[in-house]
Amino acid sequence: MSASLDQLKVGQRARIQTMSGDPAILQRLMEMGLLEGEVVEVIGFAPLGDPIEIRLRDYRLSLRRREAASIAVALV
Amino acid sequence: MIATRTTTVALVGNPNTGKTTLFNALSGLRQRVGNYPGVTVETKKGRMTWKDQGFDLIDLPGTYSLAPRSPDEMVAVDLILGHQAGEPRPDVLVSIVDAANLERNLYLTTQALEMGIPVVVALNMIDVAQAQGILVDADKLGKQLGVTVVPIQANKRRGLDELKQAVAACAGRAAPNGAVAPAFPDAFEQEVSALQKSLGEEVEPFVARRLLLDVGGYIETKLEAKHPDLKQRVEDARQRLQQAGAGVPGVEARVRYGWIRQNTAGCIQRPAQRVVTWTDRIDRVLTHRVFGTIIFLALMLLVFWSIFKWATPAMDLINEAKDALGGWINDALPAGPLTSLLADGVVKGVGGVVVFLPQILILFGFIAVLEDCGYMARAAFLMDRLMARCGLSGKSFIPMLSSMACAIPGIMAARVIENQRDRFTTILVAPLMSCSARLPVYLLLIAAFLPASVYGEWTPVLTMFAMYLIGLIVAPLIALLLKRTLLRGETPVFVMEMPLYKRPSLRTVLRRMFDAGWAFVYRAGTLILASMIVVWALLYFPNTDANGVKYDDRIAALNEPHEEARKELKALKVSIAKESEELEKLNTAAQHAGEAGLPAADEARREELEAAVKPVEEKMEPLQARLKPIDEAINKIKGEWKANSLLGQLGHIIEPVVAPLGWDWRIGTAALASFPAREVIVGTLGIIYDLGEEAEESDLATALQEAKWESGPKAGQPVFSIPVALSIMVFFALCAQCASTLAVIKRETRSWGWAAFTFGYMTALAYIGALLVYQIGSRIV
Repeated sequence: MSASLDQLKVGQRARIQTMSGDPAILQRLMEMGLLEGEVVEVIGFAPLGDPIEIRLRDYRLSLRRREAASIAVALV
Repeated sequence: MIATRTTTVALVGNPNTGKTTLFNALSGLRQRVGNYPGVTVETKKGRMTWKDQGFDLIDLPGTYSLAPRSPDEMVAVDLILGHQAGEPRPDVLVSIVDAANLERNLYLTTQALEMGIPVVVALNMIDVAQAQGILVDADKLGKQLGVTVVPIQANKRRGLDELKQAVAACAGRAAPNGAVAPAFPDAFEQEVSALQKSLGEEVEPFVARRLLLDVGGYIETKLEAKHPDLKQRVEDARQRLQQAGAGVPGVEARVRYGWIRQNTAGCIQRPAQRVVTWTDRIDRVLTHRVFGTIIFLALMLLVFWSIFKWATPAMDLINEAKDALGGWINDALPAGPLTSLLADGVVKGVGGVVVFLPQILILFGFIAVLEDCGYMARAAFLMDRLMARCGLSGKSFIPMLSSMACAIPGIMAARVIENQRDRFTTILVAPLMSCSARLPVYLLLIAAFLPASVYGEWTPVLTMFAMYLIGLIVAPLIALLLKRTLLRGETPVFVMEMPLYKRPSLRTVLRRMFDAGWAFVYRAGTLILASMIVVWALLYFPNTDANGVKYDDRIAALNEPHEEARKELKALKVSIAKESEELEKLNTAAQHAGEAGLPAADEARREELEAAVKPVEEKMEPLQARLKPIDEAINKIKGEWKANSLLGQLGHIIEPVVAPLGWDWRIGTAALASFPAREVIVGTLGIIYDLGEEAEESDLATALQEAKWESGPKAGQPVFSIPVALSIMVFFALCAQCASTLAVIKRETRSWGWAAFTFGYMTALAYIGALLVYQIGSRIV
């Protein structure tokens, strides 16, 4: 099943399929280690529903739903 | 023999890797701050020695990547490449990495490897990694990366000697010391060398590479100004790379992370099942929808409350010392311009600077603890959605909240915001939040014109609340406006690392507090002092009246026959000072107790005190009666002096401008005089209304109620009415009458332009607000 990162539920793990969007933003996300083939896990959402906290490459990262929506993932 | 040049070592690393801790551990207490023209980031410099050899250390700003997007981010690149004027090119780069989060940390290391300087990797936090079951084989990693990897624990000062030794061994060696930097696809390298050739010799391979990689980056913007046709060429090259399957920006991340995975293979042991860490457990509560929010709000309340409350005793003490010293100078030295400059200009000016220190130290203590333990990122996470509505991010929350106590520490706290546009927006709107210096103005005017005794219990409370609300409503609106106009730019991505929780280090916290305090006193203090002295001079000169007689002489002539009486009165007052204070407390308690009365023991003590105080007070009465008309006459002279001073004359000139706000020249003058600090208006009104500066609030309130227009169409009518009082309050809620704030804005933005802009827009806002309130209000009332 494929979805975008912001649609995952807390505790779900997924593999990044593709990333799209503005190159400058994309570069920023990729520098932080978000890349095709990486597995990420959703840890939680902020009280107001945004941003979202995920785990990847041995650390935790928070990003806004807007950016997460541009990351296509497949559940693992 | 050739004199050996000092070796320069630069520290690079991600935020939250203990880079500053390592820098402090290596360089000790003696540090300097490095500033660079046109940018707001600072570097720290220090020195270390190893076996009689001296090293200059430079701590570069923490970053995840050397892809500069702004002039601020360019500083690190320029320094490493030796392009920063006045700074030598570093001989060695120390790349500090977090062992518990190695892959992402090594991304920056791979960029450091391309700078043409030997690199030493400091593998920090091996203990934290171990606790998570992550084991890193440093020797093997070093062999695979082709650089020396030294395991350290910066917070426990372990491995520092080994690190120093590795740095010393690298210094002077040709770079890169055997390291194999990640290889980009051939198609990419060809485009880079083509670009580099076309730009001429002055561009290093690293810069040419960044030019191609960073879409909308700083290097692109900078070079395009010099080479007008560059934009098209770079775009064409990117197009060709896209077709060759090596499109930007993906190619860089893929190459680097691929290289990292390949070269860390077999060096990192991870547990089969991820260990549940303390951070996981704590975060379950602290980022919880309900508990997380409650804890956050409670914490913010504590921060806010302590800036307000803990700082007050210290601030009172500073104010008392300032008044005492000023009084002592006035008594000890003959009256004249020099004495007045010392007592009213310098002492008050210095006091006015130092008085902010308690708040700054307390706030920065909190910020340092919150940041060092890892909570700051959680606070930004929790508040991001809310702040996003006005175009900012969660990181702006704490600076804005602190500004409700005082804008100065708030503006300084905006340093935690990496994005420059967000930081500047936060700085520019922070002074709109209702700070504690507005309180005396509100209190005085509410007591005079909207007292609870006439308008009911709730009127003063609601008025005060409304004044605070003005800031809370206007600040986000202006922030939104600024983000859409002057500080427009693509919305920065909010990607924030949520670091592991750790115990904050006392050393780091104290260091942050000291740095913040010093930065304020040293950099902003002089500006504040200068502005205070200018306003003093404007209020002091001319110091002779229309007949050419010195005001000081007139006051002295009045005072002279009564000096004995004054001394006697003072002695009497001092003799019962303690008793009077205790009695007053008991009397207040008795009032509160009402019919029930005080407990018997207290009542007995009260009567005893009254018996002791009464005869002395009776002795004081005739003296006071004798001195009262003298004091009134002196206050009248002081009032005349201020009215005829340069500032008073200016007040007369601007009367037509402030008349639509319902103000007469006296309010205008007081508003001008309060440029150094809002609360000064209370004292100035005291002087202008012939009550002296130390006037009791109730006397001043009465004087304000009785004040009449001196001339013009409204001559003889009362100056103050409720709409006028509200118009002054609204003006002071929105204006930028605070030299310290402006000086700090100048310092933090490195530009007088932004300080002037803040003053301009806030004054305009204040004028319009006051105008609306008076014009609408006077038609209703």
